[in-house]
Amino acid sequence: MASLWEYANPVKFMKVSGFLLPLTAVLATASIGIGLVWGFFFTPDDFRQGSTVKIIFLHVPSAFLAINAWAMMLVTSLIWLIRRHHVSALAAKAAGPIGATMTLIALMTGAIWGQPMWGTWWVWDPRLTSFLILFLFYIGYIALWSAIEDPDTAADLTSVLCLVGSVFAVLSRYAAIFWNQGLHQGASLSVAPGERMDWAYKGPLYLCMTGFVLLFLALVLAGTRTEIRARRMQALTARERAQERGAG
Amino acid sequence: MSALLIRDLRLAFRAGGGFGLGLGFFLILAVLVPLGVGPDQSTLGLIAPGILWVGALLACLLSLDRLFALDFEDGSLDLLATSPIPMEGVVAIKALAHWLTTCLPLALAAPLLGVLLNLPITAYAALLLSLLIGTPALSMIGAFGAALTVGLKRGGLLLSLLVLPLYVPTLVFGAQSVTRAAQGLDITTPLALLAGITAGSLALLPFAAAFALRINLR
Amino acid sequence: MDLRVTDLAVARGGIPLLEGVSFTLNAGEALVLRGPNGCGKTTLLRAIAGLQPALQGQITCPPDQIAYAAHADGIKATLTVAENLQFWAAIHGHRGIDAALQSLNLADLADRPAQTLSAGQKRRLGLARLLVTKRWLWVLDEPTVSLDTASVTLFAEVIRTHLATGGAALIATHIDLGLSEAARLDLTPYKAQMPADLGFDDLGFDGAFL
Repeated sequence: MASLWEYANPVKFMKVSGFLLPLTAVLATASIGIGLVWGFFFTPDDFRQGSTVKIIFLHVPSAFLAINAWAMMLVTSLIWLIRRHHVSALAAKAAGPIGATMTLIALMTGAIWGQPMWGTWWVWDPRLTSFLILFLFYIGYIALWSAIEDPDTAADLTSVLCLVGSVFAVLSRYAAIFWNQGLHQGASLSVAPGERMDWAYKGPLYLCMTGFVLLFLALVLAGTRTEIRARRMQALTARERAQERGAG
Repeated sequence: MSALLIRDLRLAFRAGGGFGLGLGFFLILAVLVPLGVGPDQSTLGLIAPGILWVGALLACLLSLDRLFALDFEDGSLDLLATSPIPMEGVVAIKALAHWLTTCLPLALAAPLLGVLLNLPITAYAALLLSLLIGTPALSMIGAFGAALTVGLKRGGLLLSLLVLPLYVPTLVFGAQSVTRAAQGLDITTPLALLAGITAGSLALLPFAAAFALRINLR
Repeated sequence: MDLRVTDLAVARGGIPLLEGVSFTLNAGEALVLRGPNGCGKTTLLRAIAGLQPALQGQITCPPDQIAYAAHADGIKATLTVAENLQFWAAIHGHRGIDAALQSLNLADLADRPAQTLSAGQKRRLGLARLLVTKRWLWVLDEPTVSLDTASVTLFAEVIRTHLATGGAALIATHIDLGLSEAARLDLTPYKAQMPADLGFDDLGFDGAFL
């Protein structure tokens, strides 16, 4: 019986991902390209926010992925801790910098959107603050990966950090809400009744979201493949050294 | 277990144990902030709760990298791992020793530094109380970070990078308690949330830290 | 009481070092492990002490019966000799360190801070710790480093007494301890064979990447 765990074998993963990677990459480019052109040039301006609102097509997908990349790291870390599949740990490692970049994009597009709307690049609004803190969590996670030499030790320790970090990231979110009730508008796809987002916006937005998810997948696949190759190289040199020692 | 606590306290108080360093840092910070911000009493009073909590947090961070590193280097940690005491107990005791030698003096000294920063009179009780309730979480979270970085050559900076984001909720609820007290508001909610974070940290993090330590020993 | 090691394989840094190691150690016996540097003695001992997982195989030993001593003695420089020893005794739930101080000739040094000890004296303090744990099996990694001849003889005597009272010792060492009754195990034949082909996938570690 074929099981999902078969793909945790590096060789099998390399084969499957080698096929999936170009596919997701092409689909991601296409949907982001079409989504952005549609969103930027073929949608009406908002009656209050004017054309600045159109940054939503970058802002919302990146914010969505900033959180979900962490969620994916949490799941893959758990899989590593419980079933010890190397690919899972390496996928978490690959997702780290991508998630951090998404967070940064969300923060920067948010600042660009916020400037004309609120008259300032940055406010200490709970939603913004939470994302900034999330960015710090990403930095710590990436730093821990790069600080530890032994790959299995690094995988174990970063996984624990990811678990504990997830709990504290959620706590920080509530702490930030407690700390300051903000002026950021509600989540874009579930706005308050009476102020529903128009389909003219939803279409390109959904397309951009799909594109970003595909882009994320493609980047994680590419990153994981790189990590697997690096591990393979390590294993080969280690074996060579051991054999030399055996011969000598 | 008490033997470990007594040993750690003894080590802290003997020469080179580093007792008092955190306190000195806290004092310097309370002097530097007015020098940087300016002598305006009302401004100082406004930011005093935050400064005192951030200062306590940073001072607590200072001694964390020694928490397990010394025992790791001289082999004690190996020997403790083969002893009848569970690793979780070792972590909890060492965090307790850290709290007693670093955080408790900070909490007790904070009201004095509050005078320097023109902390409103209504906030002193809240300052002491929130630090007493909140700092055990700082020690425990710090112990977790120290356990993660114990095997690393230059773990100190990385430790701050890992631990400081984890300190966010504690800082927010702690400083909010003091700020609200200064404004004459009710502080039950932030204090209760702070206590919740401390209780949760004390209950769960010893296991995570012990797991990390065992991995670093192998 | 005995220690039974069956078909043990150990790895360091993802590279298998030893495989198929099997032996039994009964009460009153000592086993000396020999082998060139880097052959995996330390890794083997750490696996037996429970500090690192074995790659394969079983180690059966009554729980909490191993006293481990390696290169680092866990001595705190600012504590006195007696305080250091009392701490380890207390950790293992015992009191009374006088016998241990006597047997390793440390009684005169009891009140000296450990930082004033010579390397050999520190080593003796580290070995005295074994006595206060009151544990049955001693796992010793190069116990005689920095000991002079007299101290080596003294230590051999301590081990003999331990064996006579029903203890056991597993020792990795390069020098002759003068324990003529100890069994010897050369680890050279157990060196892990690196397969030339890509066949060690099943070990579930770095081999999976080959």
